[in-house]
Amino acid sequence: MPKTVNRKSRLGALPWIFPALFMIFGFVLWPAFEMIRTSFQEVSTSGITQGWAGLENYRTLLVNPDLPNVLIRTFIWVVGIVFFTILISLPVAQLLNAKYPGRKLVRWAVIIPWAASVVMSSTIWKWILDPYYGVLNKMAMDLKIFTEPVDFLANPKHSFAWLMLVAVFVSIPFTSFVILAGLSTIPDDIVEASTVDGATAWKGYRHIKFPLIKPALLVAMAINLINIFNAFPIIWVITGGGPGYETDTTTTLGYKISFRDQDIGQSASMASINLIIILAFIGIFLKVSKSQERNS
Amino acid sequence: MTTQIVPKLHKRFTGKKVSLTISAWVLGFLFFAPYLQMLLTALKPQEEITAIPPTYFPKEWAFDNFINVWKEIPLGTFIKSSFIISMSATLIVMFIAIPAAYYVARNDFRGRKPFLFLVLVTQMFAPTALVIGIFREIVKLQLVNTYLGLILVYAAFNMAFSIWILTSFFSSIPKEIEEAAWIDGCSRFSTLTRIVLPLSLPGLATAFIFTFIAAWNEFVIALTLTSSPEQEPLTVGLTALIGFYQVQWQYLFAGSLIAIVPVVILFASIEKWLVGGLTAGSVK
Repeated sequence: MPKTVNRKSRLGALPWIFPALFMIFGFVLWPAFEMIRTSFQEVSTSGITQGWAGLENYRTLLVNPDLPNVLIRTFIWVVGIVFFTILISLPVAQLLNAKYPGRKLVRWAVIIPWAASVVMSSTIWKWILDPYYGVLNKMAMDLKIFTEPVDFLANPKHSFAWLMLVAVFVSIPFTSFVILAGLSTIPDDIVEASTVDGATAWKGYRHIKFPLIKPALLVAMAINLINIFNAFPIIWVITGGGPGYETDTTTTLGYKISFRDQDIGQSASMASINLIIILAFIGIFLKVSKSQERNS
Repeated sequence: MTTQIVPKLHKRFTGKKVSLTISAWVLGFLFFAPYLQMLLTALKPQEEITAIPPTYFPKEWAFDNFINVWKEIPLGTFIKSSFIISMSATLIVMFIAIPAAYYVARNDFRGRKPFLFLVLVTQMFAPTALVIGIFREIVKLQLVNTYLGLILVYAAFNMAFSIWILTSFFSSIPKEIEEAAWIDGCSRFSTLTRIVLPLSLPGLATAFIFTFIAAWNEFVIALTLTSSPEQEPLTVGLTALIGFYQVQWQYLFAGSLIAIVPVVILFASIEKWLVGGLTAGSVK
């Protein structure tokens, strides 16, 4: 909460916050409005508005036979990746927080996927997974795990799992650093006190540390939810959503409809539905985390 | 009694410490390994990249890939574009976010809550989700294939985070320090520049570097809004090396590394502040 100087009129604030408001309205809210408006318009393949289309775009989209599978896959994508990211980031954060020689180097190594562009991280994974020249096949064959090269991305179910693995890989660094930030606010004496009291390491973690890092964890989850739902480059670079639409999420499907099929109106309706889905995800998330807080 | 416990504790401690150290190093290596593979591929000559069976290490180290990549694609132009776009977006964010965050941290005014809510909402809107709307707007403003189009979009979408983190940093500075400066005749503006900003350096650095890296790494919007090598940033420009039939992996990865290494160094340089910055951003 702010330390009140005095309650000022709205106008007094304007010179300070107007530029920020201008940017938010001009380049975040306007495109959102523009997109929703476009979803009710008929737009030619060259991008010229032909007039209102009513719900036609939504109708075309909803009868798309691939949509149900894409929706289910999007759900698996978001929930699965957030779950595994958090699950792995908790012990990773412990390791980043512990004291041992070379900790700084380990922290720097974990930072790399966070700092590097997701497009470039996705490209190297595509190369690692390459059926002929990829290092993963080479290693698996040298270790006699299999005798013939395997195309990891041939089966859409497998390739979708690999895509999720890459997404978890690029999400862990940010998440574990947010948890680490939460851990570093815990005073050492609290942890020491619990050890003196004879609490086992697990119990100490479960009952003392975990509740204290929960706020940081919730923030990390919310941000991951948004990022992963919108994750585009991983799928785009590694499988392109293919074969067909078999590894698409709603985000890549929307992009394909607009910039490959040139149907801007229909794609805008996909994106508008996306917006509703992400708001619903966040709404449910906030509700669950609030009720959790009340219970504890 | 202490003499009995201490050696015992000490012994258990070292055994644990060895396994702890090893698992931490393995972890670090796992995150580093894909980028090591990137480097090893970038150092292989073309024939060796498509050799079967593949090699772990280059038989012949092709260091000149890092020189030839500049001729193979207009890497210099891409880097220039990426730098101008990211730096301009970051400067705009700082110039807009600092006053806004400072005012919000220090004053209670009638629109304060709605303003903070609005900032939070922007944080939830990823540019990817709004790409169609952004595209339509930028076409209307005739900013397709310009630096300005990307700069404005990147600045707008990254401002929320900076306002958020700077507000919590400014709030944590005791107001008494500022009041003392006012008594000494400092103006509101000079208190901000001479007292508050120097005290919030970790927050400023975090906001600056986060914004810069987000803009430097952005892909979807750049892919959509640019189509000529003159304006394309690195992330999009490099994908030109992914042809339909052939990918020049060695150049792709040499170029990628040239893009990645500076930002990793930037990021590592604020590692010390990163933890504090994230705490301020997440706890408040």
